[in-house]
Amino acid sequence: MSSIFEYAPAPETTKPAIREQYGLFINGAWVAPQSGKYFDTVNPATEETLARVAYASPEDVDRAVRAARKAYDKYWRKMRPADRAKYIYRIARAITERSRELAVLETLDGGKPIKESRDFDVPTAAAHFFYYAGWADKLEWAMRAGREPEPLGVAGQIVPWNFPLLMAAWKVAPALACGNTVVLKPAETTPLTALALAQIIQEADLPPGVVNVVTGDGATGAALVSHDDVDKIAFTGSTEVGKAIQRSLAGTRKRLTLELGGKAAHIVFADAPMEQAIEGVVNGIYFNQGHVCCAGSRLLVQESVHDELVVRLTERLQTLRLGNPIDKNTDIGAINSRAQLDKITELVQSGIDQGAVLVQQSCTLPDRGYYFPASFFTNVQMSHRIAREEIFGPVLSILTFRTPDEALEKANNTPYGLSAGVWTDKGSKNMYIAQHLRAGVVWCNTFNQFDPSSPFGGYKESGFGREGGVHGLYEYLAH
Amino acid sequence: MTATVDAVMLEARAGALSKRSIKTTAKMAGIRLAIECMDLTTLEGKDSEGRVRSLCAKAVRPAPHLPDVPSVAAVCVYPNLVRVAKDALRGSGVKVASVATAFPSGLSSLEVKLADTKAAIASGADEIDMVIDRGAFLSGHYAAIADEIAAVKALCGPVHLKVILETGELGTYDNVRRASDLALDAGADVIKTSTGKVGTNATFPVAVVMCEAIRDYARRTGRRVGLKVAGGCRTTKQALTYLVIVKETLGEGWLNPDLFRIGASSLLDDLLMQYEKELTGNYAGPDYFPKD
Repeated sequence: MSSIFEYAPAPETTKPAIREQYGLFINGAWVAPQSGKYFDTVNPATEETLARVAYASPEDVDRAVRAARKAYDKYWRKMRPADRAKYIYRIARAITERSRELAVLETLDGGKPIKESRDFDVPTAAAHFFYYAGWADKLEWAMRAGREPEPLGVAGQIVPWNFPLLMAAWKVAPALACGNTVVLKPAETTPLTALALAQIIQEADLPPGVVNVVTGDGATGAALVSHDDVDKIAFTGSTEVGKAIQRSLAGTRKRLTLELGGKAAHIVFADAPMEQAIEGVVNGIYFNQGHVCCAGSRLLVQESVHDELVVRLTERLQTLRLGNPIDKNTDIGAINSRAQLDKITELVQSGIDQGAVLVQQSCTLPDRGYYFPASFFTNVQMSHRIAREEIFGPVLSILTFRTPDEALEKANNTPYGLSAGVWTDKGSKNMYIAQHLRAGVVWCNTFNQFDPSSPFGGYKESGFGREGGVHGLYEYLAH
Repeated sequence: MTATVDAVMLEARAGALSKRSIKTTAKMAGIRLAIECMDLTTLEGKDSEGRVRSLCAKAVRPAPHLPDVPSVAAVCVYPNLVRVAKDALRGSGVKVASVATAFPSGLSSLEVKLADTKAAIASGADEIDMVIDRGAFLSGHYAAIADEIAAVKALCGPVHLKVILETGELGTYDNVRRASDLALDAGADVIKTSTGKVGTNATFPVAVVMCEAIRDYARRTGRRVGLKVAGGCRTTKQALTYLVIVKETLGEGWLNPDLFRIGASSLLDDLLMQYEKELTGNYAGPDYFPKD
């Protein structure tokens, strides 16, 4: 049947300036890598190469750390806090002014729908700089009485590919506000917005070396982690790498915060506002193609409404629009990389093999690019891999429970503990469940709400340390 | 038991739907659809026969120089003017809708409401837009309202019955859902948001809730009931968002004049202006469109 009201293509037309080749941003200047090597960054929606990016070797990382150390001693730690604030505000304003361009860049390099980079990633990144700029000259109010705020020194910050600019903002903004200098290592597949941030920082005229950006892969990150002159490592990424970092830092003076994986329980009670719970579930797992560490990837639904929920969710899946992420009406964009697509495909196959039932949106996938349809599994048991391992894709596992305590037991029965969600129209039940969930953030009758003033971080193997809010300051202050 | 509604997530959902980008061919198809589904309305104390005839002419041929543009679905008037509208629209296919049941407050006896409805039907109304008694609803007299709707429906027979919930006076989305369920069960052919006579008229979240109620009712009974959004819809952008809400909540099967209506008076002018802009690439001044 032909459609009487089909949405016409609505591509975002802003063209961001992308250089053919990017050097490293060290000591306030763009420099060629001593490694002499470059790598391609591609648009996962089309598989086209967007730019060539410098590969930072351990020697390059050393140069960046030395620049950061010099900037720390010479300028940043000595600067009046109110002046530091001015620089951070300047970054915030520049992000706001260039928001459209940054959003397009984020979407091209990472594959996320433009509506998300436009309405979430970029504005929230700017909000973090605004928020922490405000703290720079008020740090004593964050301290216990009698303690002076004191920066740590040089912070090595390693960010993932799922929210490249936003994760950089989460890390850079509080570090700068507290008086630290930074070496930032963006993810290999999504370096472009971090490099755009470096341009903004250059134009904002920050003293050279206060923020340095080194692009590369895991080895680049490892060189940063193991560098002797780094005082603090902040890492967001996989639990596996996080554990390796923690092991390698054991016995050193370096401070560490880790924000790692998750397998969040999303609990729907029979008395939930069902239509909105469905929207919450959809947002919880399909936002950013499920490339979200706090994704609500394990749906625990009360048995009495399981069938109804599955019918509704199946219908709702069909209205999700999968396609080129640059189209303003796209709900499900591209998977970030070939490697991630392979990982999702492998885990989904394991779900089928272990006896779970797969339901997917029916749609044609684009010929080129990495795509995976919005999916969920029913008949999932706690022992299945898809109920325990982080898929990091648009794939939901649905399990059932009978009583609130059973919901809690299943929800907490995971090595992770980053986030959780609860849906019930009964306030007291919401409070009870939230209180007993072992997760860093619990969303009640909503999901994926973020604000710079609210701390974010994990329990158990989802990591430690908090980003955002007053708590986010402590990770960058000596105590 | 009626479903409960969470206001925060509902408004987020409605907000997301209002951000759909409807361009070029989709915009033109949407504008034609909005016109085809329009109840062109005049409900003022100063309405006269001349005013109604003039509106009817526009309803049949909204833009004589744009041949693609269809007639509207219906003209909506007070009962006393039904006969005039009926004459003016004869042979055009455009229906006559009449408000009734002590519109807009609904605060009269059942006898008066039924007499009002009967008179409108006798004058030739094809459709009746009745109001519910919101005072009774807010006092919890749900059965009384259901009985009233059923009584009016019995009187209507084949005449299409739209039940106005006046959502702006119901206070909560939970109440909107409850009133929708009640009207659906009582036999409404269409549930309608507003009279256009109170401060808050149709809104996107309210339309989403009513669509959800209609969808659940269709799933439960197999009967398809229509939606009419009324009041406050003045721009093409708003009208297109309502089409998006219906399409993405109920499906395209509801995007026709039998199951979807927009009640409006000034919206048509903006739709025509935007349509011409899409055709020619330029905005024509408002004086190029008849102002009836």
